[in-house]
Amino acid sequence: MSDLLLTLLLTLDATLRVSSPLILAAMAGLFSERAGVVDIGLEGKMLAAAFAAASVAAVFGSPWLGLAAAIVASCCLALLHGFATITHRGDQIVSGVAINILAAGLTIILGLAWFHQGGLTPALNNESRFLSITLPYVEQLAFIPVLGPIYKELISGHNILVYVAFAVVPLVWWVVFRTRFGLRLRAVGENPKAVDTAGLSVIKLRYQALIVGGILCGIAGAYIGTAYNAQFTRDMTAGQGFIALAALIFGKWRPLTVMLACLLFGFLDALAVRLQGVQIEGFGVIPVQLIEAAPYILTVVLLAGFIGRAIPPKAVGTAYVKER
Amino acid sequence: MNRENRITWINRLLLPVLNVLTAFAVTAVVFWLIDVNPLEAAEILLYGAFGYEEGIGYTIYYTTNFIFTGLAVAVAFHAGLFNIGGEGQAYIGGLGAGLAIFMLDPTLGAWLFIPASIIGALLFGALWALIPAYLQAYRGSHIVITTIMFNFLAASLMVYLMVHVLREMGQMTPQSELFPTNAWMPFVHDVAAGMGYSIEASPLNLSVLLALVCAVAVWFFLWQTRWGYAIRATGKNSTAAVYGGIKPKRVIIVAMCISGALAGLVSINELVGYQHRLVMDFHLGYGFGGIAVALMGRNHPVGIIVAALLFGTLYQGGAELAFEMSGVSRDIVVVMQGLVILFCGALEYMYRPWLIRTLAPVTQQTSAAGVTV
Repeated sequence: MSDLLLTLLLTLDATLRVSSPLILAAMAGLFSERAGVVDIGLEGKMLAAAFAAASVAAVFGSPWLGLAAAIVASCCLALLHGFATITHRGDQIVSGVAINILAAGLTIILGLAWFHQGGLTPALNNESRFLSITLPYVEQLAFIPVLGPIYKELISGHNILVYVAFAVVPLVWWVVFRTRFGLRLRAVGENPKAVDTAGLSVIKLRYQALIVGGILCGIAGAYIGTAYNAQFTRDMTAGQGFIALAALIFGKWRPLTVMLACLLFGFLDALAVRLQGVQIEGFGVIPVQLIEAAPYILTVVLLAGFIGRAIPPKAVGTAYVKER
Repeated sequence: MNRENRITWINRLLLPVLNVLTAFAVTAVVFWLIDVNPLEAAEILLYGAFGYEEGIGYTIYYTTNFIFTGLAVAVAFHAGLFNIGGEGQAYIGGLGAGLAIFMLDPTLGAWLFIPASIIGALLFGALWALIPAYLQAYRGSHIVITTIMFNFLAASLMVYLMVHVLREMGQMTPQSELFPTNAWMPFVHDVAAGMGYSIEASPLNLSVLLALVCAVAVWFFLWQTRWGYAIRATGKNSTAAVYGGIKPKRVIIVAMCISGALAGLVSINELVGYQHRLVMDFHLGYGFGGIAVALMGRNHPVGIIVAALLFGTLYQGGAELAFEMSGVSRDIVVVMQGLVILFCGALEYMYRPWLIRTLAPVTQQTSAAGVTV
């Protein structure tokens, strides 16, 4: 029993670690898509942020400076996206693709020029990383059956950004559904003309949404570069931005369900690692690739309307043209 | 020249040229940022791409891939669809080509093998685009999202197949056994040798002719046939197309299948023409590169060939650059692709208001005539 519990706890523990950047990136996407701007560039922003965080942390030895750099890098790309799609009404998807490709190339080119390590950043020592935090009273509470181990193995022992990721979710919910800014944000994604008629600036609101998204993607990137890993490596986000996008759709653009989707996808990832080559009675070896592909399959099936319906914000993908 | 003509010139010529120049200029800034003299880099790059026979061979070899994916993206663009899934379609196209070859008797002649592998690549590429197309046309899911998902699905599927099913017996690396020599697309240097010319060996193979045939075929299809008209009409205005008796749902299916099939042909150049076996990740970057090529080539086959040649040059020249200069890698080409997509795609109209204000200002006369931009 306790062995099984421990295995389960370790898998869930891994789930939390894998899900954190997904949650942050998906929340970034939520802001931007709720405001009517499609954000294919989550991947690129995270990658650029991971690079910025790992570089600055390596040079200055502080994860916090790294985090700041990550947020700046990610916000720059978010502003570029805004400049192209909001100011110049360019195609939002084309712009997102451009950002992804730019980030993929620039991180390697700049890394090579600055550190001469084949595109990698120097490995970070512990002082320049976000390390796991042990929550108080872990040992004192360990004697409590079930809850003790859960507190010790699952809840305690993560780095600060994991807690940030999970704290961001209720915050996003509150901002989007309980504040004036959130109401306007949702309105601008559903019916920008109405917002404009009410005397609010569609352009300003959309830029604000993109910047919030930039900050969140920056945190996600810093997590990938300086907390989950200890250096930047080529294409290290490895499609997590797209998984976050899938989770955003799977969670139907609502913070809590999006978080659950991220947890589900993170769990599948953790499971895939754990089931690598494991023989299961009656099944044989489950192909790991199938579990890894599950988030994409699930999202496609959902989008096809076979399980429920995913209806995006109405004005998503279209630039707003003010009538003259 | 009256104002309307000037605006046409701005849109057709000035704007695209300025956009490409901006992308070049920003690339130069990137070079300067990493302490590389852009002119010196350009010189090495051009030498690598055109300075010797082998280099030229490589350049055209890479160009071939970009023609296929550029055409693929363009056909979908004309139908108003953004096929971001060229990566996956090229990968699965390779599976189709490989399976076609492995299913045939190895003693058969090349006249059977090569068409069979081409058909395999076309079919599998089209199939991988068909599912997102069907979901877009009949189930209302967005093609961009589904094609992204299908890129990842293709990667997972291929990893599984390469590791568990197609791997050569007794080998650690996940690659299939070699194709029978009859199935190889002939190298250009071999063909030339057969005709009495001696050319340095390079991966350049006859697939480049296939790419040019495809370019002509795409031009003919889009501008000279009923289906091409239907595709372009749907892309311009699908609501209006319906009143012309066009069925947009079918158009989506047809355009995406052609797009996927064209992307699938990358595998003919890469696998049947050069590597001669199924390998992992042979397609990487060409699907996305195709987006840059199509945008830069203004979705026209001639423009696409020119843009593909530019990216082929950058690919091969970039390899030379990485070899010559320690601080640079071929990824500079990726940066350049990103910049082209940014300035020729997303920021396509950045200069337009300014150009129109300076070169074709609204005068009393024109505004009285009621001409609008």
